[in-house]
Amino acid sequence: MKDFAYVSAPDVATAVRAITEPGAKFLGGGTNLVDLMRQNVERPDTVVDITRLPLDRVEELPDGRIRIGAMMRNSALAAHRLIRTRYPMLAQALLAGASGQLRNMATVGGNVLQRTRCPYFVDLAARCNKREPGSGCDAIGGFNRNAAIFGASESCVATHPSDMCVALAALDATIELESVRGVRRLPLVGFHALPGDAPQHETAIAADELITAIELPDLPVAARSRYRKVRDRASYAFALVSVAAALEVRDGVVTEARLALGGVASRPWRAHAAERALMGAPATEESFRRAADAELAGAVAQSQNAFKIELARRAVTATLRQLHLPGGAA
Amino acid sequence: MRYVGQPIDRLDGVAKTTGAARFSAEYPYPNLAYAALVHATIARGRITRIDTGTARKTPGVLAVITHGNAPEMKPAPKPNQFDMSTLAAATSVNYLNTDEVYWNGQPVAVVVAETLDVAREAAYLIEVEYAEYPAAVDFAAEEGNARPQKSTMLSEADGRKGDAEAALADAPFALDLRYTTAQVNHNAIEPHSTTAYWDGDHLILHEGSQNVAWVRDHLAIRFDLPKQNVRVISPFVGGAFGGKSFVWPGTVLTALAAKVTGRPVRMMLTREGVFRTVGGRTPSIQRVAIGAQLDGSMTALIHTSVCQVGRTGGWSEQVTSVSRHLYDAANIQVQQNLVGMDLLANTIMRAPGESIGSFALEATVDELAYELGLDPIELRARNEPARNPLDGKAFSHRLLMECFEEGAKEFGWAGRPQEPGSMRDGRWLIGMGVAAAYHPAWRFPANLTVRLSDDGTVLIRCGLHEMGMGSATAVSQIAADALCVPMAAVTVAYGDTALPDTTTAGASSQTASVTASLLAACAKLDRAVFTLARKTPGSPLRGLRRADVTARDGGLYNGSRGESYHDILRRAGRASVEARVGADTRLGEIADQVRSMSKFLLDRRRWVKAACGAQFCEVLVDSDTGETRISRWLGVFDVGRVVNAKTAASQLRGGIVMGIGLALTEETLVDPRNGRIVNASLSEYHVPVHADIPVIDVRYLDDPDPTMPLGVVGIGEVGVTGVAGAVANAVFHATGKRIRDLPITLDKLL
Repeated sequence: MKDFAYVSAPDVATAVRAITEPGAKFLGGGTNLVDLMRQNVERPDTVVDITRLPLDRVEELPDGRIRIGAMMRNSALAAHRLIRTRYPMLAQALLAGASGQLRNMATVGGNVLQRTRCPYFVDLAARCNKREPGSGCDAIGGFNRNAAIFGASESCVATHPSDMCVALAALDATIELESVRGVRRLPLVGFHALPGDAPQHETAIAADELITAIELPDLPVAARSRYRKVRDRASYAFALVSVAAALEVRDGVVTEARLALGGVASRPWRAHAAERALMGAPATEESFRRAADAELAGAVAQSQNAFKIELARRAVTATLRQLHLPGGAA
Repeated sequence: MRYVGQPIDRLDGVAKTTGAARFSAEYPYPNLAYAALVHATIARGRITRIDTGTARKTPGVLAVITHGNAPEMKPAPKPNQFDMSTLAAATSVNYLNTDEVYWNGQPVAVVVAETLDVAREAAYLIEVEYAEYPAAVDFAAEEGNARPQKSTMLSEADGRKGDAEAALADAPFALDLRYTTAQVNHNAIEPHSTTAYWDGDHLILHEGSQNVAWVRDHLAIRFDLPKQNVRVISPFVGGAFGGKSFVWPGTVLTALAAKVTGRPVRMMLTREGVFRTVGGRTPSIQRVAIGAQLDGSMTALIHTSVCQVGRTGGWSEQVTSVSRHLYDAANIQVQQNLVGMDLLANTIMRAPGESIGSFALEATVDELAYELGLDPIELRARNEPARNPLDGKAFSHRLLMECFEEGAKEFGWAGRPQEPGSMRDGRWLIGMGVAAAYHPAWRFPANLTVRLSDDGTVLIRCGLHEMGMGSATAVSQIAADALCVPMAAVTVAYGDTALPDTTTAGASSQTASVTASLLAACAKLDRAVFTLARKTPGSPLRGLRRADVTARDGGLYNGSRGESYHDILRRAGRASVEARVGADTRLGEIADQVRSMSKFLLDRRRWVKAACGAQFCEVLVDSDTGETRISRWLGVFDVGRVVNAKTAASQLRGGIVMGIGLALTEETLVDPRNGRIVNASLSEYHVPVHADIPVIDVRYLDDPDPTMPLGVVGIGEVGVTGVAGAVANAVFHATGKRIRDLPITLDKLL
């Protein structure tokens, strides 16, 4: 590992000043950055430890919104009563990620910014436009079984690996960013970029910005929600496809629906087309499948991942069906 | 027997759970230096330029070793069946003594530095350029280039009884199926690690190994030393599964790095380093064809395979071995084929051959049962042979159908509807599957000494290996019973070439091999002690014949007349008495080897010996997503006598876990464009996690094999055999889909 300077920031002002040094990187739980440093994918000159920042609480705001401190550990957030009761899909998504040990370390802000798990991204011998712009993409025509089916480009087919962000996308969460220049808020939907011809640009965050909080709207429909992750083994594997869904049905008709997919794109994929198809439709298996079809009409497969289109169709339909069943939100 | 058969806690359990056990990367030396590898990034070619300038200038770097400056090493010897240690070389490449690259990942430089971080950083800073040669790296594409495998003394690659093709064509009922299995890797929890130092012209190594004598002999050849100048110490091995049987590049290069720097050097491979420099299990393409009468009796059985070997080495798996032994077909044909590839040499991995061969055979037998409308166990019963099907040799011991019967009863097999897709629990489709487990029993010569001291303690000195299976505990139990002393009086010294060469910890043979020698040595010791006692003036045993005397309670007695070992030795003025099996001279060794080899071959001509069993599993398949989870498992085994009920069950259970990985999740992805392993990490290479494994019920019949020492048949590998077949059969029962390609990932079930 390359030698680096280490700075531990006691407060946000220090942290955002320290990050203005060239080659500086924030260190949260380190569950992704440290691995990448060991693999020489990341070679920071300075590591700014932000785990001491006082951003580790969940607060209910007067208007009913929930504010989550960015340094909150994934396991603590998953266990929080407000999250478990008002946003079960978020608690379930957090618990579907990684392993117990990793969730104890990983922070909420770090989770948003984690890098793709495309195997060619971490192998320095491989070509990767994200790691080395212009070098090419070995995943195209290579092992791309778990590559994107939405929004991929000729330069990159990688997916964003977060489970948490899929739930945040469905919930219309907001990200709060702070830098020496001030504070701004961005919707999580759209925060992660599609690759286009510059897959190295992964999110809307500026190099000097720190994620300080995530805010959730007061969203009654989310109390009846679910996160379903489909993967190659029972635990500790990234999603092939995941679904975050919330559904409200009155008199057999869908009156509100929130749907996002994971493991399918370089961003948590908010399924607007499916939501539109669901609104006002009878809450039947047929409608659920039609909604899934509406979303997946735009899916494009790589050489090895065509199955993900069918898998996503089935996972969406099954998740909505389970939500709609009596007691199905559990 | 007081100890044999009991569920005794492993002797090293406390040391391992408290961290006191020292593994090969944990030996502290003052002045210890650390080594890191640079791996080739092409499949085949030549190094045209290697820039080590920046690496050398990195503070803390002691040496950068490449083909440009490495000291000369002798090449690996040509493999020779009569000198087993020549088989120790994992590959024929003379690492860093050549500018040629033979596989993607081959070490092309070693950095030695004051710290591990500096070594790895400097390795990153080295730039290598290559001239690439054409390379064959795509196994699927190379199938047509496969050639028949040559038979050896230890492994028969073909066999024929009658005319199986003709019988297949004439059979009233026939299946002819193609199977494929993926490359998989061992992934022992301890990555391969070596700590090496030179004391003048003596080389000392701490190395996790399944065969310390091979490591010693091989390094003696490579560094041109008398073999007594090399010592290999390996008391604890953090799992191996075949991956630590041969000598891989890291071991040789750590010794080289220590030589170049004059420092003790430690190299612990990264997980990626293990994938790139230690071979795995070959992928396979198999054909199984069965012809049968309508009553299920088999008239033809054909099993052929294509596997890969690296062009610089690789183990030839006995993929079709199960089809020589399992079913009483009137006509049999087996043939193994190999294709040479420009890839890292593949190697042995738990039940090489039988693990993947049993998948194809047992899936076909299941399919035949369904096609004929027979219960799969009933079909097996109708084809259970009285003698070895291929050649009519006698089975030394075989309780395969008894395993099926007991398993069927315990598992509730009879109550299941045979119709596929007929059992369901909510969104989960339920299926039950069964398959036979089978693994040959082996026994090799093993040297050891047993010493009785005048304090009544017993010391067994033998170079056996303890990779976590409880070998030393089992040996202590057997010795304590043989000499009638408490287990606490017995110490086993093992895992060190300073001890007598014992045997390899492979082919499930170690316990049987050591037991034979141990019982012989204990008998010799008993005679020596008795002779001493009856000759010693004043001994209460004077004048008695051995037949009048029994060994009990740590001494020799005739009724109440007699005395303890302690008193016998004290009275005779002897500090200890020692018995030895195996010569300690070179000439004696050769004579021993010839003697044991001829005995071995004679035995093999007479008997077919094996462990066998019945694997039962229940799977749940998600009807929406195809996710498959194992919900129940039962394995009933015929493994001869069980020495330790606890460690034996653990070992069988571990085999089943590994089999579940082979069946459902594990696959080493080799990029067909350049031969590079793409998922060289435990996050992307999916071994089963705890949540994938249900409670595994393991039973055994505990019936000794009369032709094996103490009736012991190996148990290390049989557990993994049959597992993938049982899973595939259960998946069919749940879904109606036959998946003939491992691993059975959910995309194949959509």
